[in-house]
Amino acid sequence: MEAFFASLVSVAFHGTALGMILYVISVGLSVTMGLMGFANLAHGVFAMAGGYVLTTAISRFGAPFPLALVLAFAFVAAASVVLERLLYSRLYTASDLEQVLFTIGLIFIAVAVARFIYGTLQQPVVLPDYLKGQFALLGRDFPAYRVFIIVFSAVMVGLLWFGVERTRWGAMVRATVDNRAMAQSVGIDTKRLFTLTFALGSGLAGLGGGLGAEIIAIQPSYPFENLVYFLVVVSVGGLGSLRGPFVAALLIGIADTACKYWLPQYGAFPIYVATIAILLWRPAGLAGRHA
Amino acid sequence: MSAHAGGYSADPRIRWIESLPWIVAVAAFFALPEYLSLGARILIYILYALSLDLIVGYAGIVTLGHSAYFGLGAYVAGILAAKAGIGDPMVQLAAAAAAGALLGIGTGAIILRTKALTLLMLTLAITSVMLEIANKATALTGGADGLSGVIVAPIFGLFRFDIFGKTAYLYCLLALLIGWWLVRKMIYSPFGTSLTGVRENSLRMHAIGAPVYWRLVLVYTLSATIAGVAGGLITQTNQFVGLNVFSFESAGELLVMLILGGVGRIYGAFVGPVVYLIAQDLLAKQFPEYWYFGIGTMLVLVVMFARGGILGILDSILVKLRRRP
Amino acid sequence: MNIALETRGLCKSFGALTVADDIDFRLESGARHALIGPNGAGKTTFVNMLTGALPPSSGTIVLGGEDITAMRQAKRVKRGLGRTFQINALFRRLPVLDNVALAVAERCGVARRMLRAASAHGDVREESMELLATLGLAEDAGVRILDLPYGKQRLVEIAIALGLKPSVLLLDEPAAGVPSLESHRILQVLDNLPKHIAILIIEHDMDLVFRFAQRITVLVQGEVLVEGPPDEIARDRRVHQVYLGEQHHA
Repeated sequence: MEAFFASLVSVAFHGTALGMILYVISVGLSVTMGLMGFANLAHGVFAMAGGYVLTTAISRFGAPFPLALVLAFAFVAAASVVLERLLYSRLYTASDLEQVLFTIGLIFIAVAVARFIYGTLQQPVVLPDYLKGQFALLGRDFPAYRVFIIVFSAVMVGLLWFGVERTRWGAMVRATVDNRAMAQSVGIDTKRLFTLTFALGSGLAGLGGGLGAEIIAIQPSYPFENLVYFLVVVSVGGLGSLRGPFVAALLIGIADTACKYWLPQYGAFPIYVATIAILLWRPAGLAGRHA
Repeated sequence: MSAHAGGYSADPRIRWIESLPWIVAVAAFFALPEYLSLGARILIYILYALSLDLIVGYAGIVTLGHSAYFGLGAYVAGILAAKAGIGDPMVQLAAAAAAGALLGIGTGAIILRTKALTLLMLTLAITSVMLEIANKATALTGGADGLSGVIVAPIFGLFRFDIFGKTAYLYCLLALLIGWWLVRKMIYSPFGTSLTGVRENSLRMHAIGAPVYWRLVLVYTLSATIAGVAGGLITQTNQFVGLNVFSFESAGELLVMLILGGVGRIYGAFVGPVVYLIAQDLLAKQFPEYWYFGIGTMLVLVVMFARGGILGILDSILVKLRRRP
Repeated sequence: MNIALETRGLCKSFGALTVADDIDFRLESGARHALIGPNGAGKTTFVNMLTGALPPSSGTIVLGGEDITAMRQAKRVKRGLGRTFQINALFRRLPVLDNVALAVAERCGVARRMLRAASAHGDVREESMELLATLGLAEDAGVRILDLPYGKQRLVEIAIALGLKPSVLLLDEPAAGVPSLESHRILQVLDNLPKHIAILIIEHDMDLVFRFAQRITVLVQGEVLVEGPPDEIARDRRVHQVYLGEQHHA
């Protein structure tokens, strides 16, 4: 019984860590899809880029871990602004098919560039000593790094939610998700809003990719392999919503960990089946407004 | 080769230029005997792309999961041959078609109730489920090692699959000919026109009393059936099935081929795989990084500047030439 | 007179917002009836409930004596209920002929045929061409909607609905967006519509309404304010009050 309880705690803990990472990566996708109606399949590219920035900053340049996290965010956010202005913005009114193809094209390019620079091997993450050990809580030991992931992500999520609920920028985002034409007619500069929001969402993905580099391995096929997970979080959670994807990410993180622990013979099968079931039950996701 | 749009004023007769692909295919058979296995692969991918064009180009369903039906067809044919000892290629192909059809109607009936991103997500999820099943059901599928030992008996007991791939090439060519004829017929029919109606404006199709959902389920099933046949063919010519038939990359690649050739114009599905697979054969093995970079860039460029693909470009050049005095 | 279409106690609310409140409405066979009301009065919601695009919260809809409240949209169309859209809902990349032929083929039940070419269905083609000719669109049959002037697009909107040979036709602002110089063309077409079709028109252009309609229903905030012949409506003080506010931004 005690053994079962221990594994239950462990699964919940590791699942929460994975869920947090998934959320930090995917929340930007939810917002940009809700805000701009853009089917950005290349979102995982930003997360991967964040992972590469972090590992390179640490192993090549000896940057301290916190600085590397900041760099992952800043670098990816800055790069995404360039991409948004140069390419994405031209396709806001394009059809779903065109957006899908364009972003698949970006994935192919990113995979090739990553392979060219870093080769196909997984990037090792060098953790600072203070994140390597165990963290004792209620008589149990938890890996310090994962505790850090959960706490740090929770703070980020808190900041983000506060920003969206309480700031002028957040109010504009919410208004524009609700009704773009209305928002434009009351004088919201949607073009700038899109760029800013896109940069923030991509930056968060970069941060999540860097933060979770040890959980979701950084290697060139990252954007392909994890795409389904990011999309599951967003579509199960509900487009344009902040909280729906949070619930979805935690559910998926925990369910995935539980499946790998208790039902390894089924792989990710139960997750996909559950996703299909949820989407049939609520096609617009858990927090979707059209369900 | 302008866009084949069908419709109530379109002339459904086969134009002379439409014999070009078949002339090229037969000429290639005699002129390039050492490339017949690549040739058979191209023919199969044309059939596969044609099935995708039916739903993406004509019915306007955006899917990332068409490999579910292709892969299922491939595994069904493979399992029959390697595990059940059924070597007759016609039986294998019929089973692959039936499996594609069943999965097509089952999944289509579910996912076509949804739209846009949810639909896209569901197509991806279904393919992922298929991949997981193939990966885990090792007793049947060989799992990650793939399924080898696929034995294909002579066609009608007469034509043996030879090591030069002559039989396989002609066999695939015949399958493609039948598939093309059916797809073309359908596109020019009232049913095909009603599909373009759904693509252009599904709201209005509802308002004129069309059973939109059932039309889509039907075309989706037909498309899945053809994809299943294409999958069966790939197993028979490779005599091997691997997990990659279900991979997202392969579904992505197929879309790339179709877009490259041109969507919603039948012959885009011919041009795309030819260009893509030949380029892949020449370049991909030597320069894998550049290859992916190349297709990525090409996709971005096609979406940005040439939405009609290669045939679209040809069309506009022809139009310009004709306008000149 | 026979009743072609009738609603009894039709209600629709979205949460606390009521957009249709206990609407009793009758459309007689062959009627020329207009539904007017200020913006947000619930006119389009009402039409959407009639066509089955939106389920009512309560109440019943009767078409030709048959309760169709729970009937799917496609079936209502088969029973003779046609509509046009306020914002063009056309098949933009298809030629004008196909736009109409799609509707005609649906009505004739040939739209699901797969093996014979569409263009080999001479009956569908001919009927579509005749219909286009009556609307003065015969020469545009081969033109894609994309390349067609807006005013003519509005006529195609009507042509598609007529291809269904409806017994009841709902016209949702047929002249919306059409320059006043061209709107006489729309009115001309409306005047020449077959007399046996019962027509309910929703329109903001009061000239058009008063020239066309024999009966007018005024909808305000989801409720029927008044119903009667045009001259009565024109004299009605309540209608004036409602529309005085409207004049400023109409």
